[in-house]
Amino acid sequence: MAVSLQSRVTGIWAGLIVATGLSWQFGHGFGFGEKFHYATAAILIITFVKIRFVFLDFMELRTAPWLLRLAFEVWAVSVCVTLIGLYWLGV
Amino acid sequence: MSSTSALPDSVESHLPGETGVWMFIIGDILVFSLLFSVFVYDRSQEVALFVEQQQLLNQTLGLLNTVLLLTSSWLVALAVHGARAGQLLRARGCFGLAILCGIGFVVVKYFEWGEKMAADLTIETNNFFMYYYLMTGIHLLHMMIGIGVLVFLWQSVRDTECDAQGVGVLESGACFWHLVDILWIALFALLYLMR
Repeated sequence: MAVSLQSRVTGIWAGLIVATGLSWQFGHGFGFGEKFHYATAAILIITFVKIRFVFLDFMELRTAPWLLRLAFEVWAVSVCVTLIGLYWLGV
Repeated sequence: MSSTSALPDSVESHLPGETGVWMFIIGDILVFSLLFSVFVYDRSQEVALFVEQQQLLNQTLGLLNTVLLLTSSWLVALAVHGARAGQLLRARGCFGLAILCGIGFVVVKYFEWGEKMAADLTIETNNFFMYYYLMTGIHLLHMMIGIGVLVFLWQSVRDTECDAQGVGVLESGACFWHLVDILWIALFALLYLMR
């Protein structure tokens, strides 16, 4: 059990590094060309997906009481949507 | 909800660490959420300035710090799993490497801030740099506390048998460190990447 969980967190870490590289590329024009606002929305979504996995697998909310997990899931979605909405005010 | 638990890697519902630590984490996250929102709103009012000033940041150092923090968080997670499984030497090694990553982050931040200040970019230069120093400064304070917590955990693994109470202490400290990681993940996107 311990070994499989350690393998899982290692996989999550690798995924987080890859996601960081992807959002870095989006921040430097990859994929969206001059449509910076779409690139920024993608960066923010990737950011909160990364945060969600840190919550679930590093902070172990995946096996925490459901109410606490739900609170953090709702927080992540709410803040992501709020930030994209506020960003869009300046587009 | 139990405040601590003895669970060695169980699949049962389990609150990692102390309830009080989670209360702190929730409060801290809410304060930062407000700060993130105010930053993005102010940015929307001065987009040209924020985009122009963002180009003055050293993006490579920001990326390096992100990799260092993600890696330290991973090492801390491995350390907690190792301690639960009784692999205390491994846990201690992981905590030690995580501390080195944390110190690496602070050193990189020292050079980054030094670079900015040498270019006369200070907290008073404009709104972008006001937020830059404010948010990275508060985060750096979390980092310093977090490194102290990790040093304490590193010593704890050496000195204790890692019973239920010992594991609870490790989990509490680890959750604080992951909070520091989470805050930086958001700051990296907001300050360095969004266009």
